[in-house]
Amino acid sequence: MKEPVIYTENLTKKFGAFTAVDNISFSVDKGEIFGFLGANGAGKTTAMRMLCGLSHPTSGKGSVAGYDILKESEKVKKNIGYMSQKFSLYEDLKVWENIRLFGGIYGMESKRIASKTDEILDELGFLAERNTLVRELPLGWKQKLAFSVSIFHEPKVVFLDEPTGGVDPVTRRQFWELIYAATDRGITAFVTTHYMDEAEYCNRVSIMVDGKIEALDTPKNLKLQFEADSMDEVFQQLARKATRKGD
Amino acid sequence: MKQFLSFVKKEFFHIFRDTRTMMIILGIPIIQMLLFGFAITTEVRNVQVAVFDPSKDISTERIINQLDASNYFHIVQMLNNPDEISTIFKKDHNINLVVVFDEKFNENLLHTGEASIQLIADATDPNQATTLSGYATSIINSYQQELLQEYKIPIQIKPEVKMLYNPQIKSAYNFVPGVMGLIFMLICAMMTSISIVREKETGTMEILLASPMKPFYIIVAKAIPYFAISIVNLTTILLLSVYVLKVPVTGSFYSLIGISLLFIMVALSLGIFISTVAQTQVAAMLVSGMGMILPVMILSGMIFPIESMPVILQWVSDIIPAKWYISAVRKLMIQGLGITAVYRELVVLLGMLVFLVFVSLKNFKTRLN
Amino acid sequence: MIKFLLEKEFKQILRNSFLPRMIIAMPLMMMLVFPWAANQEIKNLRLSVVDNDHSTYSERLIQKIAASGYFNLTDVSVSNNEAMRSIETDRADIILEIQPDFEKNLIKEGTANVMILANAVNGMKGGLGTSYLSVILQDYAVEIRNEWKQAPEMAILPVINIVPQNRFNPHLDYKVFMVPAIMVTMLTLLCGFLPALNIVGEKEIGTIEQMNVTPVNKLTFILAKLIPYWIVGFLALSLCLTLAATVYGLIPVGRLTTLYLFASLYILVVSGFGLVVSNYSNTMQQAMFVMFFFIMIFILMSGLFTPISSMPQWAQNITAFNPLKYFIQVMRMVYLKGSGIADLTTQMVALCCFALFFNGWAVLSYRKSS
Repeated sequence: MKEPVIYTENLTKKFGAFTAVDNISFSVDKGEIFGFLGANGAGKTTAMRMLCGLSHPTSGKGSVAGYDILKESEKVKKNIGYMSQKFSLYEDLKVWENIRLFGGIYGMESKRIASKTDEILDELGFLAERNTLVRELPLGWKQKLAFSVSIFHEPKVVFLDEPTGGVDPVTRRQFWELIYAATDRGITAFVTTHYMDEAEYCNRVSIMVDGKIEALDTPKNLKLQFEADSMDEVFQQLARKATRKGD
Repeated sequence: MKQFLSFVKKEFFHIFRDTRTMMIILGIPIIQMLLFGFAITTEVRNVQVAVFDPSKDISTERIINQLDASNYFHIVQMLNNPDEISTIFKKDHNINLVVVFDEKFNENLLHTGEASIQLIADATDPNQATTLSGYATSIINSYQQELLQEYKIPIQIKPEVKMLYNPQIKSAYNFVPGVMGLIFMLICAMMTSISIVREKETGTMEILLASPMKPFYIIVAKAIPYFAISIVNLTTILLLSVYVLKVPVTGSFYSLIGISLLFIMVALSLGIFISTVAQTQVAAMLVSGMGMILPVMILSGMIFPIESMPVILQWVSDIIPAKWYISAVRKLMIQGLGITAVYRELVVLLGMLVFLVFVSLKNFKTRLN
Repeated sequence: MIKFLLEKEFKQILRNSFLPRMIIAMPLMMMLVFPWAANQEIKNLRLSVVDNDHSTYSERLIQKIAASGYFNLTDVSVSNNEAMRSIETDRADIILEIQPDFEKNLIKEGTANVMILANAVNGMKGGLGTSYLSVILQDYAVEIRNEWKQAPEMAILPVINIVPQNRFNPHLDYKVFMVPAIMVTMLTLLCGFLPALNIVGEKEIGTIEQMNVTPVNKLTFILAKLIPYWIVGFLALSLCLTLAATVYGLIPVGRLTTLYLFASLYILVVSGFGLVVSNYSNTMQQAMFVMFFFIMIFILMSGLFTPISSMPQWAQNITAFNPLKYFIQVMRMVYLKGSGIADLTTQMVALCCFALFFNGWAVLSYRKSS
């Protein structure tokens, strides 16, 4: 049996009396696009932060890219890419400087970084923006760049926390093409999103309500199961059960 | 009005939530008062002294004993040869005076009538050096007086010294007004400016401005909590000053409170003014930190006397509100003078208040349009 | 890996709109303004004389005082009350009252009394003023005594000749005392506040999270934050040393290498402290206030402008934990006395301990995960 790239078992995170993530168990295979859905405050971001080694689980276990998230979090970090909802490139650095910085952090050689930078900027059509400060780029461009930077070192998994927040539909479509291209190369994508149309692009989708995973299947099966026409309807049905207030 | 009050309440809540900053705001005056009252002093005491005494006779012994017996000196080392004099200063920063006696000191004193003592002071700190040479000289002179008892010396001028306002010469008398000036500047001007700019930076200011409340009231509501905190601090400072440091309020208590409230308002309006100019929190911090707190500490006369400064800096000090406040507090609190003695300070502070309020309102309006 | 992080930090500092300006402006301002302002030298004391005698001797005394250079004779008042008024209105600092029968008493009785009233709100000013004035009075008495000394019956009076000597700062220039210490204050502010604001800044913007999901280890991250400020500190210090030499003619008696060695240690201490504060703060405002709080205490208790030896014992014990104290001692001793490393082992050991302590703490308290 093939070992899953992401695997969790009863993963739980409590903040005092509040249980942000409540006993979640799932696994994600190599090259999959795994959609992680839920209303605000459902616990998506907390769960993702645990997988990335930013937050210690209160109980339960999990592994990412073959490494235990509790005991080998630094090894996990070597093998993942991360792009958060808060835009996370350095605004006061130029495009190439950001790429060079993150490439360097993951231990790539300067020469290799330089040649790959050209390839990536070419693919994105950003060659002219090489020396532009990131702060001067439009939001959609920044996000595409941030994604390319997060997979620059060819990680096994890339975590995307609401990567397309606030951009127009055209750019969102382009963004998803980048994700497809990455998963075609064998990178696994773990995506949280608000947009239900985006959920349709995922191979499999899990929906979190009040810290628990309430549904997990392919978008097609979920629609059948909930007798719905769209993922949006599925989501509405589940979200109605929520008792927790969003923020 | 109800809306206004609920807004003020929200501001209070906002400030009290950051307990760490809150503790510092309320703690700074206490710590400063205690440090200035008990730890820091410009007096010279317990100076460590080394002695080189080649004569070792009755006179030198008695002078050494008298030096050591005074509060000012503490003889810690007897040097064995004159070469040690220069090395000891280099090695030991604690030794600030070396007393060197002549050879055959007593013999010279009695027979030729002249004997010398060298007082070698470490003049790195010139005031300390001057003061301690002065103390040593007067101790040696009094020994000489003892010797002269037997002879009747003609022509003496005996000064009778009276230290006005501060008979025990406590440094706290000088520092307390300064601490008051600094604290209000820090809390009112710095905190207010940062908190308003933060709302601008995070964009919540826009939301507030879109509310039916008049912008002027929004600003006032933001200033009220700091005004309240300042009054708490004023009370702490005065209580500590009177009951712990024993620095009494000798003048009119109400005038002191009055001018303090006026100064707090000047500082608040200064903070609001900065907030209308600064765009980012960091800028507001640096403007208030570098542009206000440091000048207040250095140029307001809080620690360093203004009259010792070059004329240009004296002019600069005139535009620092704290200078006028500190001067007024010294007169009212320490010298015990009446309100008539501080008319000048009062007028200047009032003028500054009017000017700052006017300019910030103008700035604020142009920004809105 | 650290190469890439350092590149980033330097680019960010250089590209910032005010940091480079501040790194230049702060030493300039502090070195050019502070020594003049932070001056406790007591000069130009304003003296009001009340001459109730109006005799030759009293007038001679007044002239002698006026010629001494210590006092500005603001007025010769007619009455004691008028003189008091001039103290209350802040036109005089000190009053000399010459009693009505000054000349008569001096010559007939051999002693005359005068009264000195000093405004002692600033105790040091009052104290120094009266002691200057007393010295002049003594001198004047000796002067007159010598004029009358012709009388042969006064054989040998035992006189102790006191020779005061001021080492290291013979002209008693307060600026000489302050300049080396101001450099320390400058380094503290620059290399303490900037790193403190740096990490919190990354926290507030959110970029720190991006760093935390990378395999950058804590030590590397902290080093990448420390080294730039270390270099900034060196540049600022060199600027200060140059200004001290050109503007104040102050050249260290000791070796420059000693200064730089201690400075490099000291910068590590304050930057490490700044990073610790930054690790525990959530907002820039918080970091700023916590820094301000501690640095204020450090500065006040460092012996910068008040002698540590005059503090009560408990306060002196506390200053053992004040890194500023040690570096101020070092700067003054190297600059003015020419002390070498061998003379400064205590300070060396203390600063090494602080550097290890704060930077170790900074690395340990930096958390990549919660």
